[in-house]
Amino acid sequence: MDKKIRVLLAKPGLDGHDRGIKVIAAALRDAGMEVIYTGLRQTPQMIVDAAIQEDVDAIGVSILSGAHMTLFPAILDVLKEKNASDIILFGGGIIPDDDKAELEKMGVAKVFTPGAPTEEAISFLRDAMKSKKSDENIM
Amino acid sequence: MTVLENFYKGDKRALSKIISYIEDRREGYRELLGKLYSKSGNAIRIGVTGPPGAGKSTLVNALLHRFLKEKKKVGVIAVDPSSPFTGGALLGDRVRMNEFPLDGDIYFRSMATRGASGGLAASTNNVLVALDAFGFDVTIVETVGVGQVELDIIDACDSVVVALVPDSGDAVQTMKAGLMEIADVFVVNKADRPNSDRIVTDLRTALEFKAHDENTWMIPVIPTVAVEKKNIEELYNKIFEHIAFIKANKQYEAHRRLQIEKKIIAILRSRFEKEFVSNLSEIVNLDNIIEEISLGNTNPYTVGKELYEKFHKL
Ligand SMILES: Nc1nc2c(ncn2[C@@H]2O[C@H](COP(=O)(O)OP(=O)(O)O)[C@@H](O)[C@H]2O)c(=O)[nH]1
Ligand SMILES: [Mg+2]
Repeated sequence: MDKKIRVLLAKPGLDGHDRGIKVIAAALRDAGMEVIYTGLRQTPQMIVDAAIQEDVDAIGVSILSGAHMTLFPAILDVLKEKNASDIILFGGGIIPDDDKAELEKMGVAKVFTPGAPTEEAISFLRDAMKSKKSDENIM
Repeated sequence: MTVLENFYKGDKRALSKIISYIEDRREGYRELLGKLYSKSGNAIRIGVTGPPGAGKSTLVNALLHRFLKEKKKVGVIAVDPSSPFTGGALLGDRVRMNEFPLDGDIYFRSMATRGASGGLAASTNNVLVALDAFGFDVTIVETVGVGQVELDIIDACDSVVVALVPDSGDAVQTMKAGLMEIADVFVVNKADRPNSDRIVTDLRTALEFKAHDENTWMIPVIPTVAVEKKNIEELYNKIFEHIAFIKANKQYEAHRRLQIEKKIIAILRSRFEKEFVSNLSEIVNLDNIIEEISLGNTNPYTVGKELYEKFHKL
């Protein structure tokens, strides 16, 4: 059996708008991926803990509250702290171009702007998966 | 350091990777399962089933908080359906239980059915072996809950909780649906809703009519309000009373032996299916055979017999 692409989608922070992330969730599912949705008001710690338990390839977050410059780095920090930086972090929201560039420099794999077609996220994930290889020995 | 070595040291990240490995059925997964199996057999396995929206995830969440008080280590699997068309899945049970930290006593994993139809995922049974080997005291499986009876859970658990709600229909329907056969404990959740007393009484009456002697576990019916964690104590106690009961009268042992037998058969079935049936077109030219059948030169029954005999010699 082929390795399934598993993606965790979460909404960190306090804004309660989950329409966008639900649209992405449905699109990724329809593209054959397994999408784990964790819901609203997730802390970076909760997101990373869930991502590790679910052994996902990528974490996608939607941030509309304007707190992206604190939340993205916080998630990256927890990933690093838990030795899980191989999990790709991507996201979307209302994010100015300058911030987008800075976040991508920091280690966020991709920042999507509102209105980006869902196909973009799908092909981004598929491409990212191709370059991701595991060299771990299981037994 | 291999992933399995880290797994044995109690590393949750390694556990997660092992589970994926088993789920994806990657090269050598059977050998891996063989190793894990020898360390398993200690966990108490609880199943939670019932129609969609009955409150299974909310109930499991409430039970987990109860287990935390006991300092018991619990591994949870929640199963949701994969699309038969795309293979994709939306796994949403975490929404009700994402408050347990990775370094705590609870581990939670979502699984997609990946083609299986009995209420569990194709690899749930195998993943339970991994959780057991990792050292959890208890494992809990939440089934898909598509409405029909999900029989697979009987082969994966020691004790099965069936969750219903006041509008699930009457006891006769429950009986017809075969839920009486799989339940060890009935829960009528959402007891805060009107008419919950009626279905509770109804179920209790119906259960009394079931044939029983001193070796029969009397299935309890417990009203709960899972969102308020109401009457979870009673549910918790009944699950463990059931386990104690079946252990005392040897049903526990007998049930586990039956599960082993079924497991062997399932492994054989899947290997034969994989090696012969799935690869049929590589072994014989199906188009030619079908052509011959349509021309009236042979028939599916004769072909089936010939192919069977051919495989038999391989
Ligand atoms: N009124 C009421 N609602 C509940 C209760 N338990 C769960 N729910 C709600 O029922 C819905 C479905 O619950 P969920 O646990 O996801 O059900 P599942 O599909 O069986 O896992 C959610 O909106 C819950 O908040 C309860 O005891 N009373
Ligand atoms: Mg559920």
